Amino acid sequence: MMKKIILPPQPGTPSDVERIKSESNYLRGSLKETLEYPISSGIPDDDNRLMKHHGSYLQDDRDLRNERQRQKLEPAYQFMVRVRAPGGVATSAQWLAMDGVANKFGNGTLKLTTRQAFQMHGILKWNMKENVQEINAALMDTLAACGDVNRNVMCNPNPYQSEIHAEVYGWAQKLSDYLSPRTNAYHEIWLDGEKVVDSQETDEETEPLYGALYLPRKFKIGVAVPPNNDVDVFSQDLGLIAILEEGKLVGFNIAVGGGMGMTHGDTKTYPQLARVIGFCTPDQIVEVAEKIITIQRDYGNRSVRKYARFKYTIDARGLDWIVKELNERLGWELEIERDYHFEHNGDRYGWVEGSDGNWHFTLFIQNGRVQDLDDYPLMTGLREIAKIHTGDFRLSPNQNLIISNVSSQNKQKIVELIEQHGLTDGQHHSALRRSSMACVAFPTCGLAMAEAERYLPSLLDKMELILDEAGLREKEIIIRISGCPNGCSRPSLGEIAFIGKAPGKYNMYLGAGFVGDRLNKLYRENIGEEEILALLKPLFFQYAKERQEGEHFGDFVIRAGHVKAVQSGLDFHD
Amino acid sequence: MALQVINSPFNQEQVELLNQLLPILTETQQIWLGGYLSASQSTTHSVASGGVAVLEAPATQLEVSSKEVTILYGSQTGNGQALAEKLTKNLRAEEYLVSLSSMNEFKPNALKKIDNLLLIVSTHGEGDPPDNALPFYEFLTSKRAPKLENLQFSVLSLGDSSYEFFCQTGKQFDDRLLELGAKQLSLRVDCDLDYDESAAEWFTNVLAKLNEQQGSSSITVQQPGNKVIEEQLEYSRTNPFKAEILENLNLNGRGSNKETRHLELSLEGSNLEFEPGDSLGIYPENNTELVDALIAEMSWNPSEAVKVNKQGELKPLREALISNFEITVLTKPLLQKAAQFTANNELKALLEPESEQECRNYLYGRDLLDLVRDFAPWEVSVSDFVAILRKIPARLYSIASSSKANPDEVHLTIGTVRYEAHGRDRVGVCSDECAVRAQPGDYLPVYVQRNSNFKLPADPNTPLIMIGPGTGIAPFRSFLEEREEIGAEGKTWLFFGDQHFVTDFLYQVEWQQWLKEGVLTRMDVAFSRDTKDKVYVQHRMIENSQAIFKWLEEGAVLYVCGDEKHMAADVHATLEKILEEEGEMSSKEASDYLADMQQQKRYQRDVY
Repeated sequence: MMKKIILPPQPGTPSDVERIKSESNYLRGSLKETLEYPISSGIPDDDNRLMKHHGSYLQDDRDLRNERQRQKLEPAYQFMVRVRAPGGVATSAQWLAMDGVANKFGNGTLKLTTRQAFQMHGILKWNMKENVQEINAALMDTLAACGDVNRNVMCNPNPYQSEIHAEVYGWAQKLSDYLSPRTNAYHEIWLDGEKVVDSQETDEETEPLYGALYLPRKFKIGVAVPPNNDVDVFSQDLGLIAILEEGKLVGFNIAVGGGMGMTHGDTKTYPQLARVIGFCTPDQIVEVAEKIITIQRDYGNRSVRKYARFKYTIDARGLDWIVKELNERLGWELEIERDYHFEHNGDRYGWVEGSDGNWHFTLFIQNGRVQDLDDYPLMTGLREIAKIHTGDFRLSPNQNLIISNVSSQNKQKIVELIEQHGLTDGQHHSALRRSSMACVAFPTCGLAMAEAERYLPSLLDKMELILDEAGLREKEIIIRISGCPNGCSRPSLGEIAFIGKAPGKYNMYLGAGFVGDRLNKLYRENIGEEEILALLKPLFFQYAKERQEGEHFGDFVIRAGHVKAVQSGLDFHD
Repeated sequence: MALQVINSPFNQEQVELLNQLLPILTETQQIWLGGYLSASQSTTHSVASGGVAVLEAPATQLEVSSKEVTILYGSQTGNGQALAEKLTKNLRAEEYLVSLSSMNEFKPNALKKIDNLLLIVSTHGEGDPPDNALPFYEFLTSKRAPKLENLQFSVLSLGDSSYEFFCQTGKQFDDRLLELGAKQLSLRVDCDLDYDESAAEWFTNVLAKLNEQQGSSSITVQQPGNKVIEEQLEYSRTNPFKAEILENLNLNGRGSNKETRHLELSLEGSNLEFEPGDSLGIYPENNTELVDALIAEMSWNPSEAVKVNKQGELKPLREALISNFEITVLTKPLLQKAAQFTANNELKALLEPESEQECRNYLYGRDLLDLVRDFAPWEVSVSDFVAILRKIPARLYSIASSSKANPDEVHLTIGTVRYEAHGRDRVGVCSDECAVRAQPGDYLPVYVQRNSNFKLPADPNTPLIMIGPGTGIAPFRSFLEEREEIGAEGKTWLFFGDQHFVTDFLYQVEWQQWLKEGVLTRMDVAFSRDTKDKVYVQHRMIENSQAIFKWLEEGAVLYVCGDEKHMAADVHATLEKILEEEGEMSSKEASDYLADMQQQKRYQRDVY
């Protein structure tokens, strides 16, 4: 029997992306043809929308855009490719495969994303298929790394409690597998898979969870293991907080409706934190996630994409509604939430020993960019390590890298390679720099309004001078910069944050919670570097002088009256 | 200059009569006479008794306000585009003929032909136009922007008032259009982020104004203007026109091994006419560094006067070497003449009959500076030495534009020649000048070289197959511009090739646009250095053998432009192969078929 997922009717006309998805025959569109069209290295907008669901999209080198336009050349089109790694875990062989394709087809760098995925830039259309095939050969994929589906599932890479990590990571993987799209389009387009005959395709067989229209918007899941909130669990559409009792995993608190993105000038859009609605046992987690996703599938706004994230679906109806709807769909009720306590959301750098006797080394990677610089052969060093490393690699949610599960026998060899290539755990940097994140922005991101990754290091250089003067070099302060308000670097959770408005101009935000439990607040609009430094200097000095015992910068600026505390995303713009 | 029998088509008696009359005519009389003579030439019936020419005046026209409206948008985020689409829908509902496009898809030279223009444009960053408005913006704000007295317009600008330069781009367009003489149809409206209401208000105003004009059926009587009689100067190869450079850019993207210049020259006031397929001659100047090195080598005095032509015109040596003489090419006759001025026996030995091959080797890739360095000591006066030099020849380039599409302009596609030979970096004289020295605002001496062997078919329905790798693409740009302009309906198929897709796809966005519009029906490309095995245009032809043969059988005209030695020969061989295979012809039949096509002017080549 044919079974079609019928969505409840909604006001407003469906957005163009809904049309594209509905006409796409489960994410196929005309991608096969347009990827081969020889007159342009780009693909049409409609296909690019679908391409996202395959983990890639078309970008162009914006540094060259105007120059090439004058030269009567199309933009320097290239594809960004994102490779899923649930919980950020990859084997040495997979690391070498990523390094290989980035150098062979990409621009010779890898970006470790804020969602623990691999990202590469600069891949030409003609190389895309071979690129995906090599990724596939390494038992990885790009499917659903972008698009209106569940994205890469984040998970605390916890190097301390080895058994707990193994168990929690196992659940993250299960979620990732279960929530992956089922369409055969990915195999057909990239892996020369057989085309399934159209008439036999039904939602039930093809996409039993998503249906032909997939979700109204992206959906993000992250799993935190207290006391570490490195995954920023409250920024997720669905956040899971592992509850440990007597050293054993007993289940997860369920938090719903977080998200960072907003649109400048539209106060109906806002960042929001996920709210805890209950608890379930580990074996119930997949079912809970599935039902929550179907609620968003059925009720999420399909007319205006900027209002389509789960947070708006919930905020429009209230938390009680979502709990009721969820319990109905489950046929049973969530338990009452359990106690938990977060202490920080950053990474602990350097060597630590796991409970099973293996060693883990957390490497500081500025902005998550793995590349060889003249004075810092990071990419080469990691390649050499991967060649002999018998454990795994873990991408941290803060864009750092953990060389994980190093056996005591192997440790000395790894130490030597780290020293030989001068790889750093960041201890010689300021604590501010070690707590920093930046999205990609220029020149490849089409949404960027201002620089982020290319700019942050030099801004930090200047801030460090002030911090040194104020005696705050070793004080951890979460600082984040995003080139646009979509917020890939989760800027609304920065104690200090910048969101791009125009080249060289940022909105400045202050006052987020140190453990990722409070949004920040707009402090100044549309300012440049000179003003940024002039504003921060007295704040840093005041903080150095007047802070209370253990008081974090984000809390201090509120107590000192510089910004109001944001209680909910709904008052973010007040 | 007085008329003489030798410099005019008149006989002695006519010359004398004219020389009596001409010096006493006032300027107005001269202009009138010029007009009279050319008018009576072109309109045999218009000479009334008494010999007074009646210039045909345009008939008095009754003109109803146009229902045609052009809407252009410059949009970064899509808001502007959405508004433009909505406005289009509204106006069409009122039966206006609306043409809608983004600013970068609009050919700005069409502005002059438009009556009603509605602009919707946003502002970004620090008062910058959106990316897709940039070429149009640059055109309009440049000195090339035409007077637009017949244009009515209105601007809707989008912006964000939290920025310093709120709606800057819209304001600039508004001001500039007024400055160019255009009239505001309705006032500009500046919109903030919440633009819906202000945009709707602007929509209403614009529509009301347009309707008002329709309603009052504003019948305007156009007064015949005074026909300006232009000075008839004949520019030619011997009297080149100094054409101003309007644009000079490199078509190759960063990282290319090549440099191909796109030049736009002004022919305004030249009366030079050309058709697609014609070439433009440019008289180049020699590189001053080479000239100075030569002068230094010979210890000449750069300001010594030397004769530059048979008439005995004198110029300082340096100037003469720059503009009048060829110094970058060596010839055997030149060596022979030079041999008398040197005591160096090696030169004489090189000229012996048995050293012929050696001499040829020597000539290849060397210039005058090599000659004077290699065969010193010289015993010769400057004037005797320059007397053996050839005049610098003009360089011919296939014209890359249609004068219908770009009136008063001519565009060229010039591959820059640079190479290293015999221990020195060398450059092509003219291409180097165009690449390095010729800047917008400078002038180049040019003339039109007709090429009747490379012409579009008279019938616009005839299919065209065009094969033009590298700079061979130039005439096909003019073909398509022309075909677009005349609304030709015949199919067109272009083969292009170069080294790399990313950097060397010359005029890429123009072909894309023409493919989209259907002016270009098919295009196949070969980029030789993007793949392991080198692919060239002939490989793409073989892949499409069947279709090519079909097109030929349907009467397509086939054009080849570009490199003669390799490409044109390979293409010719490929055509024979296609005919043999697809047309089941013997090799004799195939070559007869091509010869026959050539005979019928259906196989035309412009190769070099």
